[in-house]
Amino acid sequence: MIKALFPKISRRFLRVWQRNLTVYKKTWKVSFLPPLMEPFLFIVAFGIGLSAIVEDLTYRGIKVSYIDFIIPALLGTTIMYNAFFETSFASFVRMRYQKTFDAMMATPLNLEEIITGEIAWSATKSFIAATLMIVGVGILGLIDNLSILLVPLLALLGGFAFGATGMFFTSIVPNIETFNLPMFLFITPMFLFSGTFFPLETLPQWAQGIALALPLTHLVRLTRAATLGIYHLSLLGSLAYLLLYSLFFYPLALKKMQKRLIK
Amino acid sequence: MTPIVEAKNLKKTFGAFTAVEDVSFHIVKGECFGLLGPNGAGKTTTIRMLYGYTPLTSGALKLFGEDLEPNLRKLKYRIGVCQQENNLDPDLTVLENLQVFARYFDIPKSEARTRIDRLLEFFALNNRSKALFTDLSGGMRRRLVLARSLINNPDLLILDEPTSALDPQTRQQVWSRLLELKKEGLTILLTTHYMEEAYRLCDRLLIMDQGKVLVEGKPGELIDRYVGREVLEIDSPDQKLRDFLISQGYMFDDLGTRLMIYNHNCRELFDAIEKVFDHKNCMLRMGTLEDVFLKLTGRDLRE
Ligand SMILES: Nc1ncnc2c1ncn2[C@@H]1O[C@H](COP(=O)(O)OP(=O)(O)OP(=O)(O)O)[C@@H](O)[C@H]1O
Ligand SMILES: [Mg+2]
Repeated sequence: MIKALFPKISRRFLRVWQRNLTVYKKTWKVSFLPPLMEPFLFIVAFGIGLSAIVEDLTYRGIKVSYIDFIIPALLGTTIMYNAFFETSFASFVRMRYQKTFDAMMATPLNLEEIITGEIAWSATKSFIAATLMIVGVGILGLIDNLSILLVPLLALLGGFAFGATGMFFTSIVPNIETFNLPMFLFITPMFLFSGTFFPLETLPQWAQGIALALPLTHLVRLTRAATLGIYHLSLLGSLAYLLLYSLFFYPLALKKMQKRLIK
Repeated sequence: MTPIVEAKNLKKTFGAFTAVEDVSFHIVKGECFGLLGPNGAGKTTTIRMLYGYTPLTSGALKLFGEDLEPNLRKLKYRIGVCQQENNLDPDLTVLENLQVFARYFDIPKSEARTRIDRLLEFFALNNRSKALFTDLSGGMRRRLVLARSLINNPDLLILDEPTSALDPQTRQQVWSRLLELKKEGLTILLTTHYMEEAYRLCDRLLIMDQGKVLVEGKPGELIDRYVGREVLEIDSPDQKLRDFLISQGYMFDDLGTRLMIYNHNCRELFDAIEKVFDHKNCMLRMGTLEDVFLKLTGRDLRE
């Protein structure tokens, strides 16, 4: 089915993915630290600091501590930031300044494979970051439910969704500074208002409606279900949402990139 | 024998602007073919069409006897490209740059290693294999791009200004490397702004300007045809000398402070001038490809 939908893409996109892995392996000693350390920072600041004034919450009828409430949010936002950053700023640097895509175009790779490889890599970055963060959470002794181990899988899906979004913006921004716009207007509001650090239900009805249209809301619903072990049918809706969202932005990014680079 | 490259009436427009128009040429096996022209002539655009980076607006393109478009992937395995810019991976070492590229061509790891060692040796980079790209000099970077373009043992090597920014020593070294490859039967397409390079390396060449072909031919023949074996240059000529040349029926290119006389028996004229005028400012020299180039494309600066 994938072959029929995207006839120009072969497994060669893995070569592009592999190139990024090769570069990552050279810097992993630095790059693996932030996701590992982040839970400590946030949990100290939000969890321990805030939980002194924030009481336990009721999430889907179950009492959870504030720390337990925000751990899945940290996982979800980390997934979002890692993938989005990779296909926006990092891909843009490769495309515009390092001319990496140009060099690849002189090989058997085609543009669709290059873009797919980049997005696949961004999902991998989310996967790595989420996994490291789970280790961090584990070190803090804050794992409630072993189904937290499903989060890396969610990171692949969420990473792909946000990676495709980042690539879409890369295909239309005139320069690297312009990424501040989607950062400020899209990513940061999502970070704050997607049922991340306070329950959606505390928002007015109209704001809840908007939040439900945003991908991070659905990703955090899923990560929260995994970390708390609370399952409900509407999770299927969130899964479907992320799939459809990806199926919209991925082909769009391919098409727009084609338009930008093939002259 | 089927030509390695067969380009017919290539045309490329960017919006309303025509970058390449009606360019046709062919390259046979083992030949080195040059694409010359001032800045903005359309050399890079032509080359980009050849390796499928840029789609043609119109025209037909065959590589190794096969239509390019439907066979692009297969054909790209057989082409090596040295692009105009040094687009190496700044995060990787010399060795890694080549390894990553070898993977794009599905070359197995051990085979890649053998080829890389040979290429690094060939381009005198073997002591630098662990250096980061950012630590290389401009000349080393260029040689690394050249080495990279050979990683897939191409049947056609496409070089966009391979020796730009190289010092004379390195340039000579690259020339001899390219001649070696040519001797081994490699077909090469080359663009350059160095006329000496084109003269030494190219069996045939094409001079283009503003997207169109001006002439095509063998370097020696083009020199004979457009400027002659010998060229006489006269620096700051006085009116008397000008009058003399006109009265004798000599045609000259007037550059204001300098006159260039082509296509005549310049030696005779040189002797004649020597008898009558102070000949200090007179120089008799061999005609070069540079003369042909300047004569055909004009001496104005390009934007
Ligand atoms: N993507 C593009 N969009 C619009 N114009 C372009 C594009 N690429 C090239 N051009 C224009 O086409 C013309 C030919 O450019 P090209 O790069 O082929 O020249 P060139 O002969 O390689 O020049 P140089 O010697 O400076 O490398 C130039 O006027 C250039 O501005
Ligand atoms: Mg050029």
